[in-house]
Amino acid sequence: MKNDQLLEMIERYLAGEMNPEERGEFEALRTKDANVEAKLEEHRHFTGLLKQFNERHNMELRLNAIHDEIDVHTMAEDLMAHPSLIVRLWRQHHSKISVAASIAIFAMLLTLFFTGNLTNKDPRVEQLKREVDKVKSDQQILKNGGNRLFPKQPKAGPTIIAKYRGTGFALSSNGYILTNFHVVNGADSVYVQNADGESFHTKIIATDAEHDMAVLQINDPAFKNLGAVPYGFKKGKSDLAEDVYTLGYPTDAAVFGEGALTSDAGFHGDTAEYMVSVPVNPGNSGGPLFDSKGNVIGIISGRQTQTQGVAFAKKSAFILKAIKDIPADSLKTKDITLNAKGTLAGLSRKDQVKKLKNYVFIVKVYNQ
Amino acid sequence: MNNHYNVEIPSDSEVILGILNNSDVVLKKLYLAYFPMILQLVINNNGNEDEAKDIYQEAIIVLYNKVKRGDFELSSKLKTFIYSVCRRLWLKRLKQMDRYGGDIKDFEDYLPVEEDVERHQERDLQLNKMGEALKLLGEPCKTIMEDFYMHNKSMQDICERFGYTNADNAKTQKYKCLQRLKKLFFQQQ
Repeated sequence: MKNDQLLEMIERYLAGEMNPEERGEFEALRTKDANVEAKLEEHRHFTGLLKQFNERHNMELRLNAIHDEIDVHTMAEDLMAHPSLIVRLWRQHHSKISVAASIAIFAMLLTLFFTGNLTNKDPRVEQLKREVDKVKSDQQILKNGGNRLFPKQPKAGPTIIAKYRGTGFALSSNGYILTNFHVVNGADSVYVQNADGESFHTKIIATDAEHDMAVLQINDPAFKNLGAVPYGFKKGKSDLAEDVYTLGYPTDAAVFGEGALTSDAGFHGDTAEYMVSVPVNPGNSGGPLFDSKGNVIGIISGRQTQTQGVAFAKKSAFILKAIKDIPADSLKTKDITLNAKGTLAGLSRKDQVKKLKNYVFIVKVYNQ
Repeated sequence: MNNHYNVEIPSDSEVILGILNNSDVVLKKLYLAYFPMILQLVINNNGNEDEAKDIYQEAIIVLYNKVKRGDFELSSKLKTFIYSVCRRLWLKRLKQMDRYGGDIKDFEDYLPVEEDVERHQERDLQLNKMGEALKLLGEPCKTIMEDFYMHNKSMQDICERFGYTNADNAKTQKYKCLQRLKKLFFQQQ
């Protein structure tokens, strides 16, 4: 049987145009020949698709006709959730705004980087950590050479030259020393040297970067005891114009500097600091600031570069706070007991300095 | 919301009956009733008016076919069903266009209708293929196919229209056309 004849039969069968006799024959053929059955199914499916295609097309026409009667635009205006002007501007222009903002931020960072403002250090205030430079080290070598002539010199710490140094002072008789955080920051090892030239190894036990303070503990076997600290720590605030002085090690010998408390607020109005008119130099950082009665009222931390004779000292209240905040387990068994009241009150300035000189140290910092 | 446009909302059973009877009046009522809802959904989710129209018409067709197959159960509201289908279709389209921002702003409750949408899209694909095949078929075959299989015209009418001298010629021609159409249809991927 030819395919076109078969197809005609299939079509007639599906359309119900066969008489009962033909129908019976065809159904017999269907059950006998799977090929015929498959053809029938395929044809039914295919013509079905054609009909559905037509239906879809008609439906679309009907729907479009209905749709054309709607004023879609006005309806859309009504239904649009109207965000605020700013939100709309943002939606429309956010890519441009983002690019502009990125460029602005980049330019700002670049400017800050090149002007040196990007570091935390303000260029107008100088921290007084001393970098021991080449010239200085030459001198030191000469001095070390001299040591051989006087073999009985006390032990002077490592023979390599300290990279940085500052000043520190005793908090208590059992070997706690206070200095600036910026002096010991990044140190591999820290030594302190007293007025007699004896060096002791120390360990940094606590730091307070915010107030630029670090507490060291002497852990050298050669260290015995400092003896009772002669000065006290002032809890309250000191007054303007009060006479103040400091003792520090900008050079290898202790240097005394005096002046007055000139402001209750430090650099940029920082209320954690005093402004004082004490001459200070690199190496003075971490030195104690005393009032006329010999009480510690602050710790020297920096000076202003643009004005001569202006230095800053962190207030003693923050020293007390920093010490209070040291975690108990850092202190092991040895507590820090600060003197509330010193023994220097009645003495002349000269005698005061003589007594407290032994409690002010050179802080030597070694690192790679 | 819809009442705002003074549109009469037909009852669900009215719509179902109307679809089964192929009523134009009901189709229009149905279309007008829920179009604003879908327009709102689409234009507030990165779409425009034309996209809303496409999506909505697809959903109406989904509903039509479902009702005609007799498998629409009145367990859910028509409104919810239409909204769910449109939402699903719109999400798919947003993803295809890479405009999907990760969330969709909804205005109505919705149901899972994945099955209906999948089924519809599969069928749509077949019908699009058929459309393509018909386009490629050329005259006079296309008209013969349309007249005979779509518009249910008799062979007699077709003979007259195309001036075939006898019905056998017309039948042979129709058979050839059908074979070509099948070939074009199955050739497409």
